[in-house]
Amino acid sequence: MNAINKISFKQKMKNYRKHPFSFALMLLVCLAALITAAALVTIIVYVLVRGIPHLSLSLFAWEYNSENVSMMPAIVNTVTMTVLSLLFAVPIGIFSAIYLVEYAKKGNKLVSAVRLTTETLSGIPSIVYGLFGYLMFNKALGWGYSMLGGALTLAIMILPLIMRTTEEALLAVPDSYREGSFGLGAGRLRTVFRIVLPSAIPGILSGVILAIGRIVGETAALIYTSGSVTGIPKNVMGSGRTLAIHMYALFSEGLHMDEAYATGVVLLVLVLLINWLSSLIAKKLEKK
Amino acid sequence: MTKTKSSKFKENAMRAVFLGAACVSIIAVLLICIFLFANGLPTMAEIGVFKFLFGTEWAPENGKYGILPMIIGSIYVTAGAIIIGVPTGVLCAVFMAKFCPKGLYRFLKPTIDLLAGIPSIVYGFVALSVVVPIIRNFGGTGQNIITASLLLGIMILPTITSVTESSLRAVPDSYYEGALALGATHERSVFRAVLPAAKSGTLAGVILGVGRAIGETMAVSMIAGNQTVIPSSLTDGVRTLTTHIVIELGYSEGLHREALIATSVVLFVFILIINGCFSALKRREKQ
Repeated sequence: MNAINKISFKQKMKNYRKHPFSFALMLLVCLAALITAAALVTIIVYVLVRGIPHLSLSLFAWEYNSENVSMMPAIVNTVTMTVLSLLFAVPIGIFSAIYLVEYAKKGNKLVSAVRLTTETLSGIPSIVYGLFGYLMFNKALGWGYSMLGGALTLAIMILPLIMRTTEEALLAVPDSYREGSFGLGAGRLRTVFRIVLPSAIPGILSGVILAIGRIVGETAALIYTSGSVTGIPKNVMGSGRTLAIHMYALFSEGLHMDEAYATGVVLLVLVLLINWLSSLIAKKLEKK
Repeated sequence: MTKTKSSKFKENAMRAVFLGAACVSIIAVLLICIFLFANGLPTMAEIGVFKFLFGTEWAPENGKYGILPMIIGSIYVTAGAIIIGVPTGVLCAVFMAKFCPKGLYRFLKPTIDLLAGIPSIVYGFVALSVVVPIIRNFGGTGQNIITASLLLGIMILPTITSVTESSLRAVPDSYYEGALALGATHERSVFRAVLPAAKSGTLAGVILGVGRAIGETMAVSMIAGNQTVIPSSLTDGVRTLTTHIVIELGYSEGLHREALIATSVVLFVFILIINGCFSALKRREKQ
C-alpha cells in the first residue's frame, strides 16, 4: 500500500522545481527547526565545555568560604527547598484536582473560579511571586529571609502545574473503574483513594517531576524571599541560597565566573536528569 | 450503625478538605492582588500617577520616580522577542507536525521540552558569553535591545512551538488531504489549509510566549545593559520592568522601595491583560 505513494527524492526535487515558492517554504521550515535544535545544543555544549574543567572536588566541600566557593551548601539547600515546596504544593494540588474532577458538579461556579485563578497563577512572572513572597512572608509576617518563605512562594508558583497534570491524570482514568468500585459498595472517598488515585499516579508523578525542575531552576522568586546566605541554615526559618541563586550570586560578584560555570554544569545535569525522568514516566504511560 | 455514621462523617470531612484545597488557588490570587495593590497603589498616588507612569526620569536620590523608560524597554524587548521567536516557533511547529520524519521527531520533541526546562539563569550565562561578544561588533557594549530580543526570542520558542504544534495536530487530516487532492503541493496545503485552521491555537501560543517574554527577569538583567534611559537605537541598553525590580529592590529604602513595588503593579496589570486575552481566545476556540 505504502509503496504506491512513495515519491523518490529525485521526483520530489523535480516537483519543487515547478514550485519554487514551496521549495523556499520547505527550506524555511527546516531552518526554523534547525535553529531550535542548534540553540539547545549551543547552550548545553557551551556550559559543559566552560564548566567541566573547573569542576573539582573542593567545589563539593562542606564549607563555603571566600577562597573556596563550594556549592555543597547550595545543593543541600536546593534539596531542602524542593522538599519543602512539594510538601505544601503536592497535597493541595492533588486534593484540589480531586475536587475538580471527582466531586464538583458540571457548571459549578466555584470550578470556573478555580480554573480562572489557576490560569492566572500560571501566567504570573516569577519576579512578581518573589515580590509577593517578600511582602507577605518577609515583611507582613516578619519572617525575614527564610527558606520557609521561599518554599511557600514556590509552592504557590508550582500549584497550577501540579493541579493541571493531576487533573489530566484523573480524567484519563476510565469511568468503568469508578462504576465498578461504586457497584461493589465503596463510598466516593474509598473509590478515590483506592481506585482512582493509584491508577493516576504515573501522570501525577510526571507533573511533580516537572515541578521539581522549576524549583531547581528558579532564581527571581527566591532572591528576595529565601535570600542568598551562603551556608546551610539551622532551621527552615533561616536564609539559604539554592544552586540557581548561587550561580547568580557568583555572577554578580564577578570574581568566580569559572566556578559559576561549574555550578551551571551541575544545575544543567540536574535539569537534564529531571526532564529525562519525566519523559520516561510519560512514555510508560503511553505504552499502557 | 455507628460504622456507617463514622464513615459518613469521614466522607463529608474529606469532601470539605478537598473543597478547601480547591479554594487555595483562589485565595492565593486574592492575596497576591491585595498585597501588591495595597502596597503599590498608595505609592502611585503619592508620586502622582501621571508622573509615575509617564515620567521619563528615574532618579530616586532626587525624588524622581518615572518608570516610562522601563515600560518602553519592556515593550521594545518583547516586540523584538516576537519578531524573532514567533516566526521561528511557528515554522518549527509546522516542521514538527507536518515535515518531521518519525525518527527525527523522537529527538526533536525532547529538545523542545528541554529548551523549556533550562533555567533562565543558564540562558543568561550563555547569552552573556556567546551572544554579547557577537552583538558587540555592531557597536556599543553588546548589552542592548538586540541581545535581549535574541535571548527572549529563543526563550519563548518552546512555548510557542508546543502550543502551535498541538493545535496543528488538532486540525482534521481531511483539510490537508482536500488541499492535496486539489493539486496543491505539500507546503501549499500545510500553509494555506492547515495553518489557517489552527489560527486561534497559534495565537494562543504567541500570547503565552509574550507573557513569558514580559515576565522574564534574571536572564534579561544579565545582558540588557539596564540603563534607565529611553533607548534611542537598537544598540542602546534597556531596562525592563522586571529587571528594574530585581536590580534595585536589594538596596532600596522608603519611597524608593515603595516605587519598585508600584512598578510590579504595572507589570502585574500587563500580565493580567495578557492572561485575559489568552483565556478569552481559549473560550472562543471552545465555542
